[in-house]
Amino acid sequence: MKYNMQKTERSKKIAWKIVKYTICILVSVIMLAPFYWMITTSLKEYSKVLEFPPQFFPNPVIFQNYIDLFRMQPFGLYLWNSIYTASIVTLSVVFFASIAGYAFAKLRFAGNNILFLIILSGMMMPVEITTIPLFIALSKLQLVDTHFPLIVPQIFGYGGAFGVFLMRQFYITVPDELIEAGKIDGCSQPRIFYNIVLPMSTSTIATLVIFTFLQNWNEFFVPLIFLSNSRLFTIPLALSLFTTESGVQWHLIMAAASVATVPVLIVFFFSQRKFIESLAMSGLK
Amino acid sequence: MINKFYTKKKSKHKQSPLQRNDRFWGYAFIMPMLIGYSLFVLAPVVATFFIGLTDWSLIRAPEFIGFENFKSLVTDEDFIASVINTLYFTVLLLPSNLILCLALASLLKDKFPGVGFFRTAIFTPVVTSVVVWGIIWKYILQTDNGIINVLLRMMGVKGPQWLFNTSLAIPVVAFVTLIKGLGMNMVILISAMNDVPEMYYEAANLDGANKWRQFRSVTLPLIAPTIFLVIIMTVIGSLKVFGQIYNLTGGGPGNSSYVLVYYIYQQAFQYYEFGYASSVSAILFIIILVLTLVQWNVRKRWVYHEV
Repeated sequence: MKYNMQKTERSKKIAWKIVKYTICILVSVIMLAPFYWMITTSLKEYSKVLEFPPQFFPNPVIFQNYIDLFRMQPFGLYLWNSIYTASIVTLSVVFFASIAGYAFAKLRFAGNNILFLIILSGMMMPVEITTIPLFIALSKLQLVDTHFPLIVPQIFGYGGAFGVFLMRQFYITVPDELIEAGKIDGCSQPRIFYNIVLPMSTSTIATLVIFTFLQNWNEFFVPLIFLSNSRLFTIPLALSLFTTESGVQWHLIMAAASVATVPVLIVFFFSQRKFIESLAMSGLK
Repeated sequence: MINKFYTKKKSKHKQSPLQRNDRFWGYAFIMPMLIGYSLFVLAPVVATFFIGLTDWSLIRAPEFIGFENFKSLVTDEDFIASVINTLYFTVLLLPSNLILCLALASLLKDKFPGVGFFRTAIFTPVVTSVVVWGIIWKYILQTDNGIINVLLRMMGVKGPQWLFNTSLAIPVVAFVTLIKGLGMNMVILISAMNDVPEMYYEAANLDGANKWRQFRSVTLPLIAPTIFLVIIMTVIGSLKVFGQIYNLTGGGPGNSSYVLVYYIYQQAFQYYEFGYASSVSAILFIIILVLTLVQWNVRKRWVYHEV
């Protein structure tokens, strides 16, 4: 009797395991299939893209689309615009957010908490809402159709607020004694920050770098509104505009989409655990 | 690394200048962020409300017209369509998102072989640009050559015009958005579920509660604040939906997939009606503000009750 119960218990467990893995595999396939389809399309000859029945594996596998991509359109330029704007924003956010995060965590001054809350509220201010006044102001300053709106407002908007939050959370965990010791040694605050505190926070900064870069690399709304000169386009904007034209060359578009996505995915796969953790944290509190 | 001037500052006298020093550097360190925030976030948000009260377009000089914009909105068919579509989108997205995320989080919260892979797979669309995600799906959902309709054709079924059908446009975009965002909410719920102390489950086990009962009576009440957060975040995200719409349907066919931000975009940056568009922005902002404040307050009370 008891033996039987154990047996059914065990077969129940195995059945549950099978169900669990089936669900997980099914969901993962749904999530990854679009990427598979993007990459395989980018490796097909144009004539094979519309073939019926469809080729689920490209035959032959060709890289000509990528070569064409960089040759035909100023794609290299778009790539460079994306890299360059996202890098400047990332470096600036890391700098401004880490000093501000340190000040909010460790330095005592009047209004510390309330000012922190004010900056934190930047995380809820949608860029979709601030854009019209910014557009009016920047067009007066002749800064529309430059990279300025893609860079400067991004440093202080959502990305910056998140950065301050993330860095403050980390700096709170730094023991006060270290900072006191630095003071006793006669270090000024900038030296304490630069020589003692900053080196401890490299892994948090790495997370912030990945997060901010990704955010700006993927940004679509701001370039869509502020850019009309195609020499200034970033990859997402260029991609979007080329697919609204008629006669879309899907093999090239998918190659471009792969260039925009695959490097990001590689970085993500290598850093995913820490990255996901800190993203989850950003939602909490 | 650390300076060696050891003996210099020891007298009590120096304490106060040191503190003053802290204060000075405190303000200096937050100043760039604070100024940037005021210029590029706070000022524009405040300005939106004033611009919303004007008749302001690219060619005309701004003119103060009070609440005229808001009055015209009430009878503006495209605006009403945008509001309805945005609500419809939210209503489709929120329950499916919540149920799936809870299910996936319960499934993937424990360690088992392959769990890392599954979590990463589900999170992958989150880090993908909305443009890339949108155009991949546009490619997949093409009427004639899209892989989904091709597969349907192989099974002898004629697939619908996914993106050019007035009654399918919003549901399709909601589905594409659902898949893209699942990973984010799932991860947040997993970390909340893993914070539930093991002893509660042990106690429930002793009482003979089965898994479903444990989920209902232990997990759900304890992660309620996080679920609430996820709900509010998902609603705010749905109210702001734009990139998917722009890249998948372009608001069409007709105005069948106009949503609030798409309407703002169109009025402001295609027709250059800054005043009118800002009045829509102002409404959207107030809704988001209220949702955020509710979320902060409710959460505060909840956390308080837990302690």
